[in-house]
Amino acid sequence: MTQPRIRVPSQARQGEVIEIKTLISHPMETGHRRDTQGQLIPRHIIHTFTCTYNGEEVFRADWHPAVAANPYLAFYTVATESGRLHFEWLDDDGTVFTAEAELTVM
Amino acid sequence: MNGMPSSTTPSALISRRTMLRQLGAAGLLLALCPADPWATPEAVQQAIRQRIGEREPQPGGMTLTLPKIAETGNSVPLTVAVDSPMTPGDHVLRIHVFVPGNPEPVASTYHLGVRAGKAQISTQVRLARTQTVLALAEMSDGSVRSDAASIVVTLGACVDELWND
Repeated sequence: MTQPRIRVPSQARQGEVIEIKTLISHPMETGHRRDTQGQLIPRHIIHTFTCTYNGEEVFRADWHPAVAANPYLAFYTVATESGRLHFEWLDDDGTVFTAEAELTVM
Repeated sequence: MNGMPSSTTPSALISRRTMLRQLGAAGLLLALCPADPWATPEAVQQAIRQRIGEREPQPGGMTLTLPKIAETGNSVPLTVAVDSPMTPGDHVLRIHVFVPGNPEPVASTYHLGVRAGKAQISTQVRLARTQTVLALAEMSDGSVRSDAASIVVTLGACVDELWND
């Protein structure tokens, strides 16, 4: 099972813009490559990434095959209140990979 | 120099070498990526119009950063930063990244909003060949900004990945 890696500060001041870094192991198979027999290798990518902050979506990404294998993403959000950041990666095959982080806002 | 044909001048050698190298590279590309022609200009335009409609992007007010040259197109770092206060009245709604030199012209879309706080994303993209990458930013006032950056890709993503198999 793929364990995503996330980097979120554990504490922030209220109103502070914090950087979030995420990384997940995934082949991001494009659907454009052929195997040694000349057969197309089916597409298999993570197509959507979302970040919710205490249940409210604060960032989302739609991905296509041009996103490199083992997708890395860095983005920002405003530290509004203490709580939980929840991350989801949606795979073509229906799998949902998740990660969570606690943030304390002072 | 024994055995070398004396009629071959150095300049002829160089040009022949260059030509062979270019032919070899072109042949490799054709041999390994035959089923996937690059996106046509029409397909690129269609992908853009699907996302921003008939609005005309205005260059400036944002920066797309990527290396000038990449040895392989497998994983190229890319950053988009939009100049925006990210206030309720003035913020970025979405950032789109287009790769016109790939089989599929759109790479990714990022949905931001006031709660993003800062309109900047960093990621890594696959590039099938040398090309000019395009980024568009949809602003809350309905305007669209653009920036583009050219990159030389020595070995396209599809070729290199097949070699790794």
